[in-house]
Amino acid sequence: MSHQVLTSTPQPVKFAALKRFFSPANRYLSPLLISCILLVGQLSYGILESYTRTLLAILTSLVAEIVLSRIYFGKWPNLVSAYISGISVGILLRSPAFWPYALCALISITSKYVLRVHDRHIWNPSNFGISAMFVLASGTVAGLSIQWGNFVWPMIVIWTLGSAIIWRLRRFHISATYIVSFLVFALLRSWITGDPWRSEISPITGPMYQLFIFFMITDPRTTVRSKTGQCLVVVAVAAVEMGLRLHQVVYAPFYALFLVGPTAMLLEMWMDSRRARLMVAHA
Amino acid sequence: MKASIGVRVIVAILFVAMLAAPAVIKQVSARQEEAQAKLDESQALARYGFHLQEVSQQAGVHFVHQAPTLDAKLEGIMPEVASMGASVSIVDFDRDGWPDLYVTNSKTGSLNSLYRNMHDGTFQDVAGQMGIADVNREATGVSMGAVWGDYDNDGYEDLFLIKWGKPELFHNDRGRSFTRVTDAAGLPPYGLPPWINANTAVWFDYDGDGLLDLFVGGYYSEKLDLWHLANTRMMPESFEYAKNGGRKFLFHNLGNGKFEEVSEKVGIQSNRWALAASAADLRGTGHPDLFIANDYGVSELFLNEGGHFHEAGQATGVGFAPKSGMNVAYGDILNQGKYAIYVSNISEEGVLIQGNNLWVPREGEPSLKYENLARDMGVELGGWSFGAQFGDLNNDGYLDLYLTNGYISLSRTKSYWYDFSRVAGGNSTIIGDAADWPAFNGRSLSGYQQKKVWINDGAAKFVDVAQAVGATDTYDGRSVALADLWNRGVLDVVVANQRGPLLIYKNTVKPGNEWVEFALEGTKSNRSAVGAQVTLYWNGQQQLQQVSGGSGFAAQNDRRLHFGLGANPQIEKAVIRWPSGKVQTIENLSPGKLYNIKEAE
Repeated sequence: MSHQVLTSTPQPVKFAALKRFFSPANRYLSPLLISCILLVGQLSYGILESYTRTLLAILTSLVAEIVLSRIYFGKWPNLVSAYISGISVGILLRSPAFWPYALCALISITSKYVLRVHDRHIWNPSNFGISAMFVLASGTVAGLSIQWGNFVWPMIVIWTLGSAIIWRLRRFHISATYIVSFLVFALLRSWITGDPWRSEISPITGPMYQLFIFFMITDPRTTVRSKTGQCLVVVAVAAVEMGLRLHQVVYAPFYALFLVGPTAMLLEMWMDSRRARLMVAHA
Repeated sequence: MKASIGVRVIVAILFVAMLAAPAVIKQVSARQEEAQAKLDESQALARYGFHLQEVSQQAGVHFVHQAPTLDAKLEGIMPEVASMGASVSIVDFDRDGWPDLYVTNSKTGSLNSLYRNMHDGTFQDVAGQMGIADVNREATGVSMGAVWGDYDNDGYEDLFLIKWGKPELFHNDRGRSFTRVTDAAGLPPYGLPPWINANTAVWFDYDGDGLLDLFVGGYYSEKLDLWHLANTRMMPESFEYAKNGGRKFLFHNLGNGKFEEVSEKVGIQSNRWALAASAADLRGTGHPDLFIANDYGVSELFLNEGGHFHEAGQATGVGFAPKSGMNVAYGDILNQGKYAIYVSNISEEGVLIQGNNLWVPREGEPSLKYENLARDMGVELGGWSFGAQFGDLNNDGYLDLYLTNGYISLSRTKSYWYDFSRVAGGNSTIIGDAADWPAFNGRSLSGYQQKKVWINDGAAKFVDVAQAVGATDTYDGRSVALADLWNRGVLDVVVANQRGPLLIYKNTVKPGNEWVEFALEGTKSNRSAVGAQVTLYWNGQQQLQQVSGGSGFAAQNDRRLHFGLGANPQIEKAVIRWPSGKVQTIENLSPGKLYNIKEAE
């Protein structure tokens, strides 16, 4: 066995493994990205309220997923989705108390099982849980709005990394459409309100939006199927968000997704059933 | 296998219960608060042991704070950038044995007031005749606070004026007048930035040489003249990680009426946005440590290793989570001979829940470690909190906590919070530029807030009784100072409000709860006795208090120490640890007396 053989043959294998790792089929890409964001943010700026609170949210999510999956479907679930929900709650929710983290994670996961139409859950779990907490526990919780040090480089790194992974997962068009929509609506808001345009685009430069854009609006389970439909949905999210922002609603993006996401899903289901009925009629 | 209908119904019911849980918790706590609201004096005395009555007008104090008007480029957000300056410090400037009040004003051309205690329940403003009223001028900037200390040990407390501008030192000429000695003392602008924007200062003898030194903490950068800005990039670069604030100064007292700036030499270097600072010997080393509460970032704790400091915020646990620190107050809340540290922050329902911090030293740690017990003890949520002070308001033997709050009270119906949150969450290039902040247009930001008077039940719980005991104002509170204003054996409360009146809450305490007070005077130690610690032992318990050269937010309590004792106290002794290191034990103490104690030669 020559030295040349030893050094040259593994390269395609390595490349293939890398390609497989970054393929859309890899369900662990999203949790990996969100874990990276969590670690980078925490180690560089201490973004979390505390490790224990985030851990509590993650563990509650995982346990709830296991228990409810066993109860509802009698099988052991894949925990990727629950992990992302838990970590999203752990990052996005801010409270000096512990119980909101557990309760929010519990509400998020339970919503997947309780709020189902045609055996599909229609809300993004963490979007549902966090929105519910903002409305129902406003005296105890707030949203993430001020982390990452507010500096440029962490933002650039996360945007680049996030975009690359979302691209590989073939969902970049969703994020890109939302970003463009947000910016257009921000300028429109600035024109309407007379506020500085930079203040209108300010929110999207913060970490809350990075998580929102990469993990919530791209959730494959709670978005419509067609590419065009997905783009239209996030344009609608941005439009509703603009309406809420004009009424000075602080957590406008979460509420917008809360309203638009299920509506789009129900619309798709209605169109599917209508199409099916028509096909049956034609047949 | 799928779940049965019954199981699904049960899970659905549990789901609804989860959604309802926060609302139920909120309703229950709202009902509890309602039960405490608005009692008359006799009911408050019976239930909580004290009652506060606001008496400023009867006392002849008609002071109303005026806020500064800064560079016109900041016009849109003037309420925010000019939101401080109201302060109160207690001093017996004429040594007549009755506490007087010094109150700062902040509009260019406005006057500060020195209220001399007339011993009959009234005060008279003598600042003009004493030469310390007209200190807010275009050329020298405006007042942000004041701290008093006898820097030359002549027996009379001298005045350091904290300013956005040129800070001033006034020598107290035997209580008859004041002489401006800033230039002779070597304070800025001599060899230092000619203009600083400070909001906190502390007198303390950091090197134990018997001379009071002076710490001054900058807020806005000293490169800025807030009335003549080159551009609008003067805001913090981050809401939580800002390091573009003002520098820190430590003026070492040379003993000849001059000071030397030594901050870099002794290891106190920071450009965080300091809003409050206070010194105390936190480790029993005999050297006072310095705690700084910073806006837009973490707190800093500079531990004093005998004249040299090292920053131990992270190591001790107090400097990890960035918040909006606005207060530093020390109190032995558990009667264990150890100080807890209260740092106020911001909490606004539905937007930002930072929670105030109550740093309590952990037991059994080899080195100093703190844990935040504000939530457990019930002193976490105080709105947009500013000044707070510990003091035994009902003389039951446990230190209570008075907190004032409220940031900007303008419109009662329109809030600036939405705009604040979207800009504060943005990138540094946006948040750091005042031009990017939407105009206030008369909106409020955490305005008209109810104050907190937390009474300590002695079992590690505080209960808010503000409304019940009469602390019912909703001004934009900044500074709180405590003193037994009329030598009655009770702590009265003085509150300075931004763009609002100075409030004097006269305290009435339930008969039967006893007290004892100490007025200390150093000999080998600094004459003000700043840094002297008294541990009082009675009825099998102890409480530690110290003479402070500035605490709370832009405030200074009376130098006299007040101990509530509860009913039927048997005082064992008082142990005084002087800054010189001397320990003096006083026995045969009786309740109901003020003891004047001079450091033993």
